[in-house]
Amino acid sequence: MNVRLYVWQRATAAIMAPLVVVHIAVIFYATRQGLLAADVLSRTRGSIAWAAFYGLFVAAVSIHASIGLRNVLHEWSPLGERRAGACAIVFGLLLAALGIRAVVAVVLP
Amino acid sequence: MHSELSVSLWRGGEDGRYKTYSVPQCESQTVLDVVTFVQRHIDPTLSYRFACRVGVCGSCAMTVNGKPRWTCRTHVAKVAQGGRLEIGPLENLPVIKDLATDMRPFFEKWQEAKGAFAPTKTRHDAIAQIRPGTPERMAADAAIECINCGICYSACDTVRWNGDYLGPAALTRAWTLVNDARDGGNIARLQAISGSGGCHACHSHQSCQQLCPQALNPTAAIAGLKRRTVAAYFSGEITA
Repeated sequence: MNVRLYVWQRATAAIMAPLVVVHIAVIFYATRQGLLAADVLSRTRGSIAWAAFYGLFVAAVSIHASIGLRNVLHEWSPLGERRAGACAIVFGLLLAALGIRAVVAVVLP
Repeated sequence: MHSELSVSLWRGGEDGRYKTYSVPQCESQTVLDVVTFVQRHIDPTLSYRFACRVGVCGSCAMTVNGKPRWTCRTHVAKVAQGGRLEIGPLENLPVIKDLATDMRPFFEKWQEAKGAFAPTKTRHDAIAQIRPGTPERMAADAAIECINCGICYSACDTVRWNGDYLGPAALTRAWTLVNDARDGGNIARLQAISGSGGCHACHSHQSCQQLCPQALNPTAAIAGLKRRTVAAYFSGEITA
């Protein structure tokens, strides 16, 4: 890992730390209040705040996890650094696509 | 105390194997004493490396019962398990023969990490006045007692997994020089340790500081380098 990837991984970890706390708090709230899917969607659809919150979450996760996977592949697999990097980019794009799809599904009116 | 030790020594090169010898156990016996006994009384073809025998030169490090140790200062009584010793060459380095490893990769990485002092004065200048109590000097002093034994390098998981990783000793040397007010090579040094095999590859497993015979803390030095390189990256002094 070079200094640029190190900065990105640490920065995205710092972004995710409070987002994870809020995400878990939201899950607790939804389950304890007995919210149904329709109740959740009525709060998230059309909400720019929830779109921004989970959009940022998805971006941070995609970058953070793909850098981590790159390191794992580089150290623990026969793939060289370049191939590990290529695999990690594909994985990051997949995570981003799946995440954006989920965010769009709950925030678009 | 067992009267005889069962000692397994690595014999041969990379494709060698362990061979077991019986060695008399003595009071205050070191692991180096055991190896020397085998070479002088049982098999003179045994190859190993040592010089000072008092923990100064750093040349007698070997793997003892699975952990890298300086054998001249390691008492048998502290490491022998059930009267048995398994002594092999240092890990993460090519084996030349028996217990002797090729230390070149280890020292070449010192060079790659710009571990040589880069002077900023000539002999005609006044001697630099260094106050020992400044934070920079104290950070430099904390790592200056390294004896280049290679134990941290042998103990490091990251070295095992990433052949390009510079390793704890080279990075600790870099940290010493980064904090040396007399040195003028820091930009090149920080650049050299910011690549894929540099300080950011460290996972902070801390085997280096746990096994360092000089009780140094390379993990802390590497953490310092991570902070310093990030600052240099943001200020534009180094590039990725």
